Amino acid sequence: MSEPVSLIDTRVVKGDLLFKWIIFSLAAAVLLILLVMVVAMVRESLPSIRQFGAKFIVGREWDAVKGDFGALDFLYGSVISSVLALLLATPLSVGAALFITEIAPRRVGEIIAPIIELLAAIPSVIYGLWGVLVMAPWLQQSIQPWLIEHLGFLPFFQGAPYGVSMLAAVFILMIMVIPIITSITKEVLMAVPVSQKEAAYALGATRWEMFRMALIPYARSGVLGAVILGLGRAIGETMAVTMVIGNTPQISLSLLAPGYTMPSVIANEFAETTSKLHSSALMEIGLILLVVTLIINALARLLIWSVTRGDTGARA
Amino acid sequence: MIGYDLRRNLTNNFMMCLMVGAALAVMAPLGIIFVHILKMGASSLSLDFFTQIPKPTGESGGGMANGLAGSAMMIGMSSCLGLPVGILGAVYLNEFGGNRFATAVRFSADVLAGIPSIITGMVAYTLLVVPMKGFSALAGAVALALIMIPIVLRTTEEQLKMVPGTLREASLALGVPCWRTSLKVTLVSARAGIITGVLLSIARVAGETAPLLFTALGNQFWSKRLTEPMAAIPLQIFNFAISPYEDWHKLAWAGALVLVVIMFTLNLTARYFGRIKHNG
Repeated sequence: MSEPVSLIDTRVVKGDLLFKWIIFSLAAAVLLILLVMVVAMVRESLPSIRQFGAKFIVGREWDAVKGDFGALDFLYGSVISSVLALLLATPLSVGAALFITEIAPRRVGEIIAPIIELLAAIPSVIYGLWGVLVMAPWLQQSIQPWLIEHLGFLPFFQGAPYGVSMLAAVFILMIMVIPIITSITKEVLMAVPVSQKEAAYALGATRWEMFRMALIPYARSGVLGAVILGLGRAIGETMAVTMVIGNTPQISLSLLAPGYTMPSVIANEFAETTSKLHSSALMEIGLILLVVTLIINALARLLIWSVTRGDTGARA
Repeated sequence: MIGYDLRRNLTNNFMMCLMVGAALAVMAPLGIIFVHILKMGASSLSLDFFTQIPKPTGESGGGMANGLAGSAMMIGMSSCLGLPVGILGAVYLNEFGGNRFATAVRFSADVLAGIPSIITGMVAYTLLVVPMKGFSALAGAVALALIMIPIVLRTTEEQLKMVPGTLREASLALGVPCWRTSLKVTLVSARAGIITGVLLSIARVAGETAPLLFTALGNQFWSKRLTEPMAAIPLQIFNFAISPYEDWHKLAWAGALVLVVIMFTLNLTARYFGRIKHNG
């Protein structure tokens, strides 16, 4: 501090270079982590990919003893549970987001919005705990018998009421993605320029007509992004689904039957694999999951960004 | 004409009712879950929860002291690993962030944030558990750190961006080296926002179960070394919830309540720090 300082202090220059180098390597570490993760997943999947090829995706055998692995049942379970959950969650979430941003008095919105965000922070294992100990028995005793009695002629509601089932997974996923979709949709709706809304009102639109003509068209791709982001979360969701879906590899049209998903089979079997091929097959399921979530997330971000970019003014 | 307007108004009112209904339908299950956790948790929680380890099946009582300690240790370790990378990486993005490399780093962080946490667990298993020939708390901490890094990186960068350029220029004009400016001026001015991000990332990993399944594995007893399997609250909740024993279910509810309380405390504290930013 007290030493004389020349115009160009080499120590300062060196210090800056060192600092730059350190923070550069830490930033590079993030890039490296992603690379290492992808490479590790691919490398570990190779034995299974070589052994089964495309048969892995369409095969239905999952026999650790015989060493025969096909993942179709898990793919089916993941897709059906996530898509149905999203179909149920989307209208509710968008409605709730519209309520918070446009209908509710400002005070009420300011109370509800943070509560919903807080609920998005509840760990999935707790949703699973509630799902398996409270919701599944409730489904078994009241909802499923009712469905069987009144809608049992449909293939979707046939069989015995087990409680743990595809239906339970759909419900728990729906409850879990609602806070996520609601809060992102809220952000997107708030990014819609006021002039758009005022223009609609000035033309004499009712509030609903304003939603329909100004708000929703403007926010559409952002809302779609929020829904796709929710889909990404639902498809990768592990704990809660594992706890309520029943973990039975099968393809059944009936929502009352148990099922199995990709993350669930990993969670249940990966720590106790019986052979190298078994763990490699699970790795390949992980790789499929990874690729699917990457695509879904990239798409979602692109869509959300297309609406909110004017608002956040992201720097290049 | 009146009929037309009437229909428009009726449609409007009908749709408004639907949306209020949607908001209620959204709040209802979430509220029910919350009330359940409070009720079941409060009736199962006792002092033993914080001081005892789980009792064997069939015996009532016991607690999750080893899980609490395990969670705290693994979160501590993952913070030591993850926070420097996240925060200083964000400093890099903020100071030298205009190039292709920085864009690639941002992109990777966003991608990492979207990867299902169970995959992070699989990777930590491959890279640490297999070479070290055993499940360990260390592998669990690394898996959690991998989840923290992208969250901290992106939130910190957002906060650093908001520090006025004039502040840094003033510091540089006084002859302060760039690195000191970055650490003592830019980072310190943005500290409230950064603390928010850090707390939120801790809250996130505190509840993570999937990445610990094949890394820390869980432990019914106390762990003596970091290279041994270690208990964690979320793992214990999972194992006890899917067990058929009533006593273990009770412990799971108590664990859930404790976890939710920790989670809400962290989130509310984060919000508090988030608010400071706007005032100061």
